[in-house]
Amino acid sequence: MEILIAILIGLLTACGVFLLLRARTFPVVLGLTYLSYAVNLYLFAMGRLTVGRPPVIGSGLPGYTDPLPQALVLTAIVIGFAMTAFLIMLALKARAELGNDHVDGEEER
Amino acid sequence: MSHLVIAPLLLPLCAGIVLLMLRHLDIRLRRALALTAVLAQIGVAVALTRAVADDAILTYALGAWPAPYGIVLVADRLAAWMLLITTILALFPLWHASHGLDTRGRHFHVLYQLQLFGLSGAFLTGDVFNLFVFFEVLLLASYGLVLHGGGGERTRAGLHYVVINLAGSSLFLIAVGALYGLYGTLNLADLARMMPATPAENLGPARAAGLLLFAVFALKAALLPLYLWLPAAYASTSAPVAALFAIMTKVGAYAILRASTLLFGAEAGGLAGLLDAWLLPLALATLVIGLLGVLAARHLREQAAYMVVASVGTLLAAFALGSHAGLAAGLYYLPHSTFAAAAMFLLAERIAAARGAQADRFEVGPRMTGEYWLGALFFCAGILIAGLPPLSGFIGKFLILQAALAHPARAWILAVVLVGGLLALIALARVGSLFFLRVDRHRDDSPALPVPVAPAVGLLLLGLGLTVAAGPVHDFAAQIAEQLLQPRLYIDAVLGGRP
Repeated sequence: MEILIAILIGLLTACGVFLLLRARTFPVVLGLTYLSYAVNLYLFAMGRLTVGRPPVIGSGLPGYTDPLPQALVLTAIVIGFAMTAFLIMLALKARAELGNDHVDGEEER
Repeated sequence: MSHLVIAPLLLPLCAGIVLLMLRHLDIRLRRALALTAVLAQIGVAVALTRAVADDAILTYALGAWPAPYGIVLVADRLAAWMLLITTILALFPLWHASHGLDTRGRHFHVLYQLQLFGLSGAFLTGDVFNLFVFFEVLLLASYGLVLHGGGGERTRAGLHYVVINLAGSSLFLIAVGALYGLYGTLNLADLARMMPATPAENLGPARAAGLLLFAVFALKAALLPLYLWLPAAYASTSAPVAALFAIMTKVGAYAILRASTLLFGAEAGGLAGLLDAWLLPLALATLVIGLLGVLAARHLREQAAYMVVASVGTLLAAFALGSHAGLAAGLYYLPHSTFAAAAMFLLAERIAAARGAQADRFEVGPRMTGEYWLGALFFCAGILIAGLPPLSGFIGKFLILQAALAHPARAWILAVVLVGGLLALIALARVGSLFFLRVDRHRDDSPALPVPVAPAVGLLLLGLGLTVAAGPVHDFAAQIAEQLLQPRLYIDAVLGGRP
């Protein structure tokens, strides 16, 4: 399972970085979204991967999974959503004001 | 547990919320409210600085959850000093913006207060994850402020600014995740306690996490090679926002200073001095690049933006010395460079308004109305920013060079800082003669935009104040440095002296 998660995070990051380096605003937005998915998965995995355990400590339970990374990921997801929404609005504003969706606001000649 | 520690957070947050609710109120009342809020924050920052001036490090456990399990705010001398500088600086751009900029878009005052909320939080927080959260708060507010007033150029530069900072936030989270995975805690004091005992097999990942954190802070501080976002963003935004942003790069510098003294200080075992190999060469290179930008700039606001880059280089070179004298010199230079850069941005807008169609481009323009006063102010700001005697810039640079004499790389530091000062002087003298001496004979008759000059004068007077009060200010900076070099004090204050 660790290897699968690691490959997944790596793949998402690679896609994110590739798209982030594109010259149009929409791929850049998508790239940042992929990057934040990768980061969220990574943060989540930092509490170590356990299956079928509750995130609480109690007697009579076989063990627990670390709840703190889940709280951190929740915060990161919320912030990431807000940022993505803002970035999309900004990209639309740039498209409207600059007349094209190139990140530098001008087409290559 | 004193509630004074959380007051710098609650004040701007509540002021921001109230301003948002009262958004239909008359603009003059909203301005008065915003200015009152900033004045109150200055009062709180002064009270906090007085409270920590003796040996106390104040902590505030939110919800009374003891550290390291709960969220904790920590006010030591450095945090109080940064708060004081931020709140005092914040008054002047707000005063400037209250002359009309705040009506050229919505929610200027709300965003301004939230920006101050994020800045205060970043200085006071005691754990790495909340540092991330407060960075996001101050960035989100800054995105709004950068774009305030609209315009294509502003949108283009703003897009770059937003994207690079979002990428930086992703890196920050990776570093945070790695630190949690290694140590199981994100509390700064707890991390500092556990880092000396890092097992050998974890040293590699711990180093990687530390350097990732450094990369993120370097991005915020606009250290080479991560400074490219700054000149465009600062030069194209409105003058008061650029003036407020003079403190934004200092947040990165603050975080680097905090990490290098608390986490990677001399007592950190295998991680001690992690940043030392990088910080000094990068800082000096940033200084050089910043000054080349100053020489090559095409208009005054761009030049001021490159001045900010150069001042970050000087500041971090002082911090990189790592010695008591070096840190003290840097902490004296920090308010000086912040106020001087902010004054230059505000003055640039005033000069641009007086020059009519030429604005602040480096071209021969018409004779300005009130050229004597403006010229005198530009002269003062130039002396301040280039670090010439007798003003505070000279004292700051002198202290840094004096501290550098004890460093093995002193030849490099002295050469770069001194030649840099000369380059800045040449660039500013050229601009001054172009703007005020080589003018067209005819006077431009188009009515000048009403841009106030008083806030810029206020900031220059602050520079004068730093010169006059150099003794007490430097003494306090030395006390801050003394506290920083004993991370044990911080750890004990937060964790209550537990083993």
